[in-house]
Amino acid sequence: MRDVAIIGQGMTKFGELWERSLRQLVTEAGLAAVKDAGVPGDRIDAMYVGSMSAGRFVGQEHVGALVVDEAGLAHHHIPSTRIEAADASGGVALRQGYLAVASGDADVVVVGGVEKMTDVIDQEQTNTLATVLDQEWEAFFGATFPSVYALMAQRHAHKYGTTAAQLAAVSVKNHEHGAMNPNAAYPFAITKDAVLKSPMVADPLRMLDCAANLDGAAAVVLCAADKVAEFTRKDRAVKILASHQASDTLAMHDRASITELAATKHAAKRAYERARLTPADIDVAEVHDAFTIAEILAIEDLGFYAKGSGGAAAEKGLTSWKGEKPVNTSGGLKARGHPPGATGVAQAAEIVQQLRGEAGKRQVADAEIGLAHNVGGSGGTAVVTIFGRMK
Amino acid sequence: MTVGIVSYGAAIPRYRIKSEEIARVWGEDPDSIKKGLNVHEKTVPSPDQDTTTLSVEAARVAIKRGRFDPKTIGAIYVGSESHVYAVKPTATILSEAIEASPYLTAADFEFACKAGTAAIQTCVGLVGAGMIERGLAVGADTSQGAPGDALEYSASAGAAAFVIGRERVIASINHTVSYTTDTPDFWRREGQRYPTHGGRFTGEPSYFRHVQAASERLMERADMKPASYQYAVFHQPNGKFPIRVAQKLGFNEPQFKTGLLTPIIGNTYSGSSVLGLCAILDEAKPGDRIFMCAYGSGAGADAFDITVTDEIRNLHREGTPTMKQLIDDKEYVDYATYAKFRGKIIKGASA
Repeated sequence: MRDVAIIGQGMTKFGELWERSLRQLVTEAGLAAVKDAGVPGDRIDAMYVGSMSAGRFVGQEHVGALVVDEAGLAHHHIPSTRIEAADASGGVALRQGYLAVASGDADVVVVGGVEKMTDVIDQEQTNTLATVLDQEWEAFFGATFPSVYALMAQRHAHKYGTTAAQLAAVSVKNHEHGAMNPNAAYPFAITKDAVLKSPMVADPLRMLDCAANLDGAAAVVLCAADKVAEFTRKDRAVKILASHQASDTLAMHDRASITELAATKHAAKRAYERARLTPADIDVAEVHDAFTIAEILAIEDLGFYAKGSGGAAAEKGLTSWKGEKPVNTSGGLKARGHPPGATGVAQAAEIVQQLRGEAGKRQVADAEIGLAHNVGGSGGTAVVTIFGRMK
Repeated sequence: MTVGIVSYGAAIPRYRIKSEEIARVWGEDPDSIKKGLNVHEKTVPSPDQDTTTLSVEAARVAIKRGRFDPKTIGAIYVGSESHVYAVKPTATILSEAIEASPYLTAADFEFACKAGTAAIQTCVGLVGAGMIERGLAVGADTSQGAPGDALEYSASAGAAAFVIGRERVIASINHTVSYTTDTPDFWRREGQRYPTHGGRFTGEPSYFRHVQAASERLMERADMKPASYQYAVFHQPNGKFPIRVAQKLGFNEPQFKTGLLTPIIGNTYSGSSVLGLCAILDEAKPGDRIFMCAYGSGAGADAFDITVTDEIRNLHREGTPTMKQLIDDKEYVDYATYAKFRGKIIKGASA
């Protein structure tokens, strides 16, 4: 396999983007990434796009052809593939793009992720999000996306004593980070008290424990590491050191434990092995905080903190951008926003900015190694990607 | 020539239901409902109250206060989204009930929550053009909220009637500006029992965009600043939006508190901003400037710049209720009674 680098990144601001359509969003992000990379259109060999549910949200399938067409590249007849893996769609798309370049099939690949959620009413958003669960055994009986994570939070609290205040600390920290990210949907700080007093969604998860339903797109440009110099300076390239994906049972009740995501653990283990790194080597991480409990599970399952101690780590501020293990410097899914298909790609875009030293106010000093962790549904899919600065 | 409000009247049902009671039935947290919507209780129409009867009640108060011959009314427009008949005007029933002359023009208006202000604008136009001497504009609703929907906490009932003319004007309408676009934030199709709303889409791109656009243009045209007004009243779909938009525009609490009624009577839809105006006219003094902006889903906003005149002292208020008296005269019902009154209980064929 060849070495692969990211040479460009771009994203739209995330938010309730009432005036813009799915195609406008993905094209805006794609053009920004291509411009950042300095890649001319005729050098793009393939495209991948992550989209969780364009069919239900905007009635548009065949998103692969759509993005090539909107990019003005239809007459180049390059392959373009839409990837669906619930809210890990973006992360899986990134991995497919990586494999295409690593295999030698393509030299330059554009990977996008997009979701346009706000064209449907709230109930339809909730119903569509529940399609990431097991329809026959979970959603049919009334389970919603927040409710399954609430069960994980309940169990985590029961087993390890994780408190509502510890959950709230995750949200407060991610908003503090989001306030420094111009592309964040919610670029403002919130207090612990505000989280603890926000309306209950699914006990113990309150409104401000949950990532909101939003619109947005992100894109990155991948390039064979030995061809980077043709397009950009080496110090603007970020190498993908490892990318692994793992699966688990679709329904949560079939798992041996619900205080961990086994898919995350497996993907992380293999990614660390491939990159010859350990959790201690990670300088900055973007993890999948669809709910505050999800970030606590993630920092444990990724090996940053021992099982059961994630809540305490969050509360002590260890995962702040100024802390020992900066997590979700972008604001995470909570404050940057979570348009499902876009999230995995936006995470990569954040890590690229951090490793390039272009993350502005939220820059983590001397970040050399970064990690992105993207989860589909309640953990049926997880992708872990490790990035390093080009030496 | 000054055209404006000659008289006005209000009507709301005396039955009320508290947000706690609705929340109790649906297993919701009453505090977060009250905090989230800023609606504490709402009016509930009795089985015999509908848009027509509330319109008649409000119009009769306006005529009594104005002390003029209803036969001089040349136009009647009733704005509502809950007209009793799909085909057959409320305005004709109202005209007979107040003993107006058959030689008048009449129609029902519908523009979600701003049909009442559209009726006022039409009357201002007809009076200003000299086509009629007086016009009667009514905004009235017995609005619908599906059981269990967020709308159920706010959708209430009420009516406000305004006589528009050029003689004995108590409040002149100096300027009015509308802002109208095709924005589908809330709708009810033919045959549907309850409306559908676009959730958060009803906020920023709908209510706020339209109300701000109309308000800003109005103040520009009237050469007024928020601080120049003694009162400000906005459409009140809940208790939060009007406060937020007022503050965004630069108004403060002393200006908007008098007209803010939704927290205690609910959203009376076509009656919402105009009932707030009634509360203001109950206490306003000659020379006071009033800012009003109505909003209707679909969507549009009607903004008004109004000046209270010396004539307001001569309004014959005796024997007519103030808005405060209407609000204070109340009787609470439980959810079961509310469900019965609102026709939410479907009886068997044999009953």
